Amino acid sequence: MPIHVSLIHFLFISAILFSFGVYAVITRRNAIMVLMGIELILNSANINFIAFGRYGGVSLDGQMASIFVIILAACEAAVALAIVLNIYQQFNTVNVDEINALKE
Amino acid sequence: MEQFLKTLIGDTLLNHVIIAALPLVFILLYALVAIYVEMKMAAHMQDRLAYMRTGWHGVLQPIADMLKLLQKEDTIPAAADRIFFILAPYIVFVGSYAAFAALPFGSSFIGSNLNIGIFYIVAISSLVVVGIMMAGWSSNNKWSLFGALRAAAQIISYEIPSAFAILGVVMIAGTMNLQELSAAQTGGIQHWMIFGGTLSLMKKLIVIPVMLVLFVVYYVSSMAEVNRTPFDIPEAESELVQGYMTEYSGMKFAIFYLAEYANLFAVSAIATVLFFGGWASPFASAMTGPLWSTFWFVAKGMLLVCVNIWLRWTLPRLRVDQLMYVSWKVLTPFAFACVLALGLILVW
Amino acid sequence: MTLLASLELFDIIFYFFAFVTIVSAAVVVFSRNIVHSAFSLMFTFFGVAALYVMLNADFIAVTQVLVYVGGILVLLLFGVMLTTKVISVEMKTGTLQTLPASILVAVLAGTLCGIFWITDWLTPVARNAELPATTSSGIGRALMTTYLLPFEVASVVLLVAMLGAAMIARRERKR
Repeated sequence: MPIHVSLIHFLFISAILFSFGVYAVITRRNAIMVLMGIELILNSANINFIAFGRYGGVSLDGQMASIFVIILAACEAAVALAIVLNIYQQFNTVNVDEINALKE
Repeated sequence: MEQFLKTLIGDTLLNHVIIAALPLVFILLYALVAIYVEMKMAAHMQDRLAYMRTGWHGVLQPIADMLKLLQKEDTIPAAADRIFFILAPYIVFVGSYAAFAALPFGSSFIGSNLNIGIFYIVAISSLVVVGIMMAGWSSNNKWSLFGALRAAAQIISYEIPSAFAILGVVMIAGTMNLQELSAAQTGGIQHWMIFGGTLSLMKKLIVIPVMLVLFVVYYVSSMAEVNRTPFDIPEAESELVQGYMTEYSGMKFAIFYLAEYANLFAVSAIATVLFFGGWASPFASAMTGPLWSTFWFVAKGMLLVCVNIWLRWTLPRLRVDQLMYVSWKVLTPFAFACVLALGLILVW
Repeated sequence: MTLLASLELFDIIFYFFAFVTIVSAAVVVFSRNIVHSAFSLMFTFFGVAALYVMLNADFIAVTQVLVYVGGILVLLLFGVMLTTKVISVEMKTGTLQTLPASILVAVLAGTLCGIFWITDWLTPVARNAELPATTSSGIGRALMTTYLLPFEVASVVLLVAMLGAAMIARRERKR
């Protein structure tokens, strides 16, 4: 692995962050922990976009994609947390294993 | 500034360390002055004399206060979350200190001439919110938690009108670079942003009321962002003990206190750069130059700090729901309408 | 040893921020206490913002700090503090089936890193003079010309998300 910083360093970081995010989504029982895993996955994808935008020719396309990813991540986090709060009011827990009843 | 240091000691890492440490020295000196000015102004407005014994008319009192705070016992509650309890004051201080990196202290004194200067300052101030929530949660104390959640809700609600006000100024100036913003306001008081910047006289007549409203919106929301009365519900001394700072004592409390004053100067400095010319002298050609510009910047900043202190000791405290009402239903619509009007005027 | 001596300041700063990002992401994922996870997520976001700055994306870096740390993280913290019934600060969140999950995630990470290592990336050499000093004007221009439709759609999505979130989280009166 080259010691001077190049494209592949950033790709490795995004791969590691992605794996951490997937681990959090698969393994954790708390709904908010799952949300944090999703944010990690989105951040790793963003790093990938911007790294390719920088090292693959001088253009701003990577950064444009990244802006839209950030915007949509904000929307999704807001709606997801609203849903989690509503679920907490209904079931009195945020453990994803125990939220298993449809509306009567 | 970098050039000056390079000629003095050569191009080393020490340059960057000195440039980074200078605002810290400024904050420490300014805090001593600000504490004294606040106590004296409060006292005279309440028709009493404050400290009169330590030094002439109490000038040495802030030093005595700092010494007292430093030698107090630093207690950590037994059931508190140790790591975050210790980390929280430093995160709050970093949030306000990092804003000093992009402030133009003079025509050749700026820590870091960012092209996205004002945007960076708005973004890094959000560290303060997270630090306050950390402090409130890790104290393991109901009242601290309430104070922290209220403070967080207040700060993020008031970030919106202040961002709109900043957006209005950036629209007129065409740049987010604070050094360029200040440089565009040189040449006399008529070029200050609050009097319309460098637009033509016809446009200025329409723009000046809009800029006045934007300045009031920015100033009020900046008071809410630093938790000063009338928006100091999070630290309401008579209601929540000391809010999110209840469990803190000694050095950590001193850091919170210092962070509050640093934040106060930072938002006043931003208001002067955006609206009152930054380091530009009000006279067209007199009193200009690097050292004079630093004097003007600090003087204008301190003037706005004094106005803030004056308002603190005059107005009563707003209730939490009144606070939210003011932000969402008064300041945000006004700021939005002003930005729309500015856009129309600039395009015309 | 000569390899280490050829490290520039840029590389050192990059390795430092990469270390901060990965270690704090590990704390987020493996910590027992959900509040610890939320607060170290802040350090992860800051590390990622620093990496953006190294990639010459200054506007995106500041947007990342503003939106993620100032918005999403505060939302997550509110969510954590409002949905736990605790009397003390210790909150343990359980995990299940850690071994199969670890193996699966290790395989995933290995595959991704292997692909990144083996592929012959086409990277035209970008001389430093070609990189724009600031990306804000370029991004602004692009948002108003090439990317106008996604921009407008994104603003509608933001409006809908705001309304939806406010409506969903309202305390329903029991009928």
